[in-house]
Amino acid sequence: MKPLRLTGLTATSALGRGLDAHWQALQQGRSGLQQKTFDRCTLPCWIGEVEGLVQPLQGDWAPWDCRNNRLATLALDQDGFRETVATAVARHGADRVAVFVGTSTSGTLSTEHAYRDADPDSGRLPDTYLYRTTHNPHAAAEFVRLQLGLENVAIAVCTACSSSAKVFAAASRALDAGLCDAAVVGGVDSLCLTTLNGFNSLQLISPEICRPADAQRKGISIGEAAGFALLERDAPSGSLALLGYGESSDAYHMSAPDPEGRGAQQAMRDALARAGLTAAAVGYVNLHGTATPANDSSEDQAIVSVFGTETPCSSTKGYTGHTLGAAGILEAVIALLAVQHGFLPAAITTREKDPALRGNILLQPLRREIRAALTNSFGFGGNNASLLLGRAP
Amino acid sequence: MIELSIQAIGLAAPGLPNWNEAAPVLRGEQPLLPTPLTPYAPQLLPPNERRRAQPSVRQAFRVAEEAVAGRDASQLATVFSSSDGDLAILHRICSAFAQNSSVVSPTDFHNSVHNAAAGYWGIGTGSRAPSTTLAGHDQSFAAGLLEAALQVSAQQQPVLLVVFDVPAPEPLLQARIMACAASCALLLAPRTDDTQALATLQLQLSADAETILTDPALEAQRHGNPALRGLPLLRAVARREAGRVVLPCSGHRNLAVNLEF
Repeated sequence: MKPLRLTGLTATSALGRGLDAHWQALQQGRSGLQQKTFDRCTLPCWIGEVEGLVQPLQGDWAPWDCRNNRLATLALDQDGFRETVATAVARHGADRVAVFVGTSTSGTLSTEHAYRDADPDSGRLPDTYLYRTTHNPHAAAEFVRLQLGLENVAIAVCTACSSSAKVFAAASRALDAGLCDAAVVGGVDSLCLTTLNGFNSLQLISPEICRPADAQRKGISIGEAAGFALLERDAPSGSLALLGYGESSDAYHMSAPDPEGRGAQQAMRDALARAGLTAAAVGYVNLHGTATPANDSSEDQAIVSVFGTETPCSSTKGYTGHTLGAAGILEAVIALLAVQHGFLPAAITTREKDPALRGNILLQPLRREIRAALTNSFGFGGNNASLLLGRAP
Repeated sequence: MIELSIQAIGLAAPGLPNWNEAAPVLRGEQPLLPTPLTPYAPQLLPPNERRRAQPSVRQAFRVAEEAVAGRDASQLATVFSSSDGDLAILHRICSAFAQNSSVVSPTDFHNSVHNAAAGYWGIGTGSRAPSTTLAGHDQSFAAGLLEAALQVSAQQQPVLLVVFDVPAPEPLLQARIMACAASCALLLAPRTDDTQALATLQLQLSADAETILTDPALEAQRHGNPALRGLPLLRAVARREAGRVVLPCSGHRNLAVNLEF
């Protein structure tokens, strides 16, 4: 494929608001995870919560008020992203800018609260509960479209934890077919009881801070995040760009990865082939790296088979937690920061690498100029996506 | 303009239990009698999973299996599209939380993802090909058709589109009204494969109003489930009626479909 230029980029997570907050945290080796409770969840665990989501959406946006949409708004406000999109609208027209947003939870928390506030006699949900705008997964995409004043399609991709990596693939195809001239891609996923208690039911929540690839890893820490990018055709040489994408399925199990990582391998090879790059051209891999024993082992086998044991790799889930449907965009942003600054982040919470893992997991950050980075996102249902990001040739 | 062909169709809705039986109704040769669908057991799932499959997965498999009948689905890419996924699971989880329980069934949790049906399809067929699941609320049919068509166009390979939704239980049903369970699958392929095609399609975003059906019973069905927003397209295929239908699409644009035979 021809590289697609990234004319806008932003992320908001437990590390803070905007690109600079993320870059500072990566450089300083500062995690956004905290040992805390959320809502009625009192599990002993670490959570990557975004601060400042208490203010309800006002006026015309009130019907859309939910934690997920508040987080989307906050993220859109950073890094001049709204202005960048407005410039693209001026260039192409509002009807030529499409929206592709990945989400897994969307507004699940709203429905959890509606059930809590249901009429105790009739069971009826409160009249203030609006399913379409505050829970339905499509709301995540439609809300972003309306916020940005765009008049093309608004597509929600919901493939669990690969959702906001898959949006790059969907947008790339839409641009290629001439459906639009620019595409806002991104993801929004917010904390709720369903994911915290649900992952706990699968015995995948770590009581300690998550430690990807650590010999003593005990599972994941959940986080929330939102991030967006603006994709356009014709990336000038040296500009930050989407170089390739790869997608595959495990065809193995609903919530456990293929132990040999065959689906993951296929997604990575597909991304390399589409970008026309060899594995040697990739200077850094941002791992899916959830810190469950099964994920890290399966992904390691896939990495070694595609890249060998030398390519620097790290999971940044120790900084942000696993942000589920937003992990794809958040880690795409981190991979791009690595390229932009020549700084490969370490797996900061990892103390001792599991000796069974053969990949070159960074326990210390590495200053190195690279031209391309790959980021992996794998989801329930065996859904895999890999993105190749870097400087356009 | 995106060009492709329809190779096979699966359909399941009250009174439209499969494509063969639905076609005469869509041609107007038989009246629509909204007989409830009989229960369905997915054939491609291993026996354990078949027994435990949730209603939304059964509804999706029913039409997906019809559309690929007699073909090899082990290399086939898929696009699933649904407004709501499986709200019965969400109901169970949220009811427990409302009772101050924090217990979630592990099976319920992994089946609660929007791409559960797609995940089971991958397991059932063994296909490692790419799979996307979209949510388009009431516009899930056209959103799915558009994404599937873009994949056919980009890869020059067949793609199976599966659009499905099942009504929520009470009290959620009051907040998300849906008249019936329904699903529709289209096996789509590049236009060059069109010797076997049921129809060839050209897709384009459009500001035109969506096509409505003149038969009041079919028009009511069209509104009964997001998967049935595709009925104007299916009616045109059943009648082999060349021309144009406009389907409600996600966001600010509708999807115009030109049909040729």
